[in-house]
Amino acid sequence: MHVLDKTVERLEAEAVNSTKTRQPLYAPRKKIFPKRASGSFRRFKWLVMAITLGIYYLTPWLRWDRGPFAPDQAVLLDLANRRFYFFFIEIWPQEFYYVAGLLMMAGIGLFLITSTVGRAWCGYTCPQTVWVDLFLVVERAMEGDRNARMKLDAGPWTARKLVLRATRHAIWLVIAAATGGAWIFYFADAPTLLREVFTGTAAPVAYITIAVLTATTYTFGGLMREQVCTYMCPWPRIQAAMLDENSLTVTYNDWRGEPRSRHAKRVQAAGQPVGDCVDCNACVAVCPMGIDIRYGQQLECITCALCIDACDGVMDKLGKKRGLISYATLSDYNANMAVATGGGSGAVKPSLVLTADGTFSDRLAHFHIRKIFRPRTFAYMGAWSAVGLALLYSLLARERLEVNVLHDRNPQFVTLSDGSIRNGYTVKLLNMVPEPRTIVVTMQGLQGAEMSVVGIDLPAARSFAIPVEPDRLKMLKVFVRQPANQVDDTAQTFKFRVEDMARFESDEYTATFNAPETAR
Amino acid sequence: MSSEHIDEVSGISTTGHEWDGIRELNNPLPRWWVTTFYITIVWAIGYTIAYPAWPMLTSATRGVLGYSSRNHVKNELAAAEAAKAKYVAAVESKTVSEIAADDALREFAVAAGGAAFRVNCVQCHGSGAQGSKGFPNLNDDDWLWGGKAEQIQQTITHGIRFASDPDTRVSEMPAFGDIITADQIAQVSTYVASLSGLVRDARLIEPGANVFAENCAACHGENAKGNKELGAPDLTDAIWLYGPGETAIAAQVRAPKHGVMPAWIGRLGETKVKELAVYIHSLGGGE
Repeated sequence: MHVLDKTVERLEAEAVNSTKTRQPLYAPRKKIFPKRASGSFRRFKWLVMAITLGIYYLTPWLRWDRGPFAPDQAVLLDLANRRFYFFFIEIWPQEFYYVAGLLMMAGIGLFLITSTVGRAWCGYTCPQTVWVDLFLVVERAMEGDRNARMKLDAGPWTARKLVLRATRHAIWLVIAAATGGAWIFYFADAPTLLREVFTGTAAPVAYITIAVLTATTYTFGGLMREQVCTYMCPWPRIQAAMLDENSLTVTYNDWRGEPRSRHAKRVQAAGQPVGDCVDCNACVAVCPMGIDIRYGQQLECITCALCIDACDGVMDKLGKKRGLISYATLSDYNANMAVATGGGSGAVKPSLVLTADGTFSDRLAHFHIRKIFRPRTFAYMGAWSAVGLALLYSLLARERLEVNVLHDRNPQFVTLSDGSIRNGYTVKLLNMVPEPRTIVVTMQGLQGAEMSVVGIDLPAARSFAIPVEPDRLKMLKVFVRQPANQVDDTAQTFKFRVEDMARFESDEYTATFNAPETAR
Repeated sequence: MSSEHIDEVSGISTTGHEWDGIRELNNPLPRWWVTTFYITIVWAIGYTIAYPAWPMLTSATRGVLGYSSRNHVKNELAAAEAAKAKYVAAVESKTVSEIAADDALREFAVAAGGAAFRVNCVQCHGSGAQGSKGFPNLNDDDWLWGGKAEQIQQTITHGIRFASDPDTRVSEMPAFGDIITADQIAQVSTYVASLSGLVRDARLIEPGANVFAENCAACHGENAKGNKELGAPDLTDAIWLYGPGETAIAAQVRAPKHGVMPAWIGRLGETKVKELAVYIHSLGGGE
């Protein structure tokens, strides 16, 4: 009893694991239930989706006749034989720089598009966007639009919910499997492979590829969705450097919308200024990224423009002009903000933007197509075209016949019993057309010398006609022999010239002929 | 912890570290990241159970799958042997000439023989089979015992002057330092050198020819073209195993050196010897 009366000093101590200081290990994802949008951008996105998916699924089934010695698939990455076919173009591994060139064009093209119309790639054509859109179609068909889905999600696990969810995921998995399934047809003859896949006779790598791509498509398109863009993709970070004040981005025009109010009439009656935004959140509800565009340009925004469609719908309903959310450039936006705030940095005054008769002030800036043509876009366009023209030129000018020569280095030369000097070469003839050809290999220079080819039982000569299989490399072991009295240097050069008389194609290789000091 | 710092702008607490006024936000990790992290831990535990992992006193745990890298190599080698079996069987049953005439089989034998050459032969004949003084160059077209594939096979099988093989190739040139005079040696050396155009003192040629006819022609032939049956070298060509010129020739006449090559049949077996013969024959000088 005694003790209680005494004042006990309270120590400043706290458990290290007290609930107050405990941090969650992860941030749970906030579920997003995008509402169905309708309008011109949505229609455009359906069209883009149809085209991109069409290209992806149908391309391997296009045929292209290349004669009896090459596959007839228009686009084929034949990894086993190391050939790449693209319609009339056939690329060998050593010509892979064409692919590097295409990647450069894709990169510069991305810069060009981003500097003019912002993240159009993200919003319309990125596979992640297209497939998420497709998966959302399934989700809406199964469970209804936003409100119905939210209700179902919040509700208990009833039989109906179970069936709906199971069906949704099953359809997603089918789409994912079809996505992975379509991919493998780019790497083998599509009709043959399709039969093999369904009869269980395809290569294990085909099934593994389908399995991996099914898993990634299902996970990225169905489960992770916007998190792929926000957390995994580097482009949202890079694009900040690619945009400038003349790039079109999806913009909430607060010079027109603010001050926003849900009760415009009441506020107006009270004599307060009121903007066009009625704070209905339609733009947030349709956003597949779940963001509010009214906060301005943000990393998460993929500029799919669905908020424009949603807002335009609301404006139509209210009898107001469209374009409260619109594609606009930062410079136009800043100019209009200056108009709306009277040149200052204060609050937006709607009266400065809207004239009494309900039309917009003629001091407002509007986007002009001219803004696309600025030094920066010209530079991108120039670089893009330069790479493209260089590729085109090299494609048209390239030879389909090539010779490579490896000089034996050990031994560098052999002295024969009659004193003559022999050098060995590995000569590779590349016949890069899908037709059998006869290639004439001729020596030029190196006086008195003759060559013999291993496996060809003909007397030594300065020229041989070699049959080469279609679309193949032919390797020859060639011995060149020069009489001792003709040797005039320890390292003479001469040429291997290869010619196809029928197609007027030729190539040559300058080789060295080594001789010992004593042979001079 | 009591002095938790909250970032003013974002309202998120910081980790408590500060570098020149810069603080790190203590943002939570995304769920997928944490999940993946835990999955890797579970995976690692499963992995150490399934595969050899934990070091024990004398060895390591073996893992329930019974995997070992030695067995892996053993299986791969067995698979490689099985893949070669068809060719090896063909090499076994055919003669070297037949092998050399068949494109696919020759390609196989050249590859296999080349590998065997690099292990067993390069010590004397050099990595490019180019030889050196006293060790014949196998690329050229000069053959002491014959350059046909069968003759090469015979040489590799039984060796040269290899005492423990009764079928070995034997030739022995007498040491003429004990038989003819020093003058005669000088004469015959000049004569032999003159056969391939290397002449210093023309007065010695004629007496040299006489010495040659009396002492050397029996083995090397009257025209000095040699005799492959006896392993007697051709003295008229440009290739000199012990060096060109009168001095080197004189040394070889006075007290000849005789190279020895072992018989390889016991060590390599008939198949490998055949592959080696095809390889040597393919180097460019084969007859």
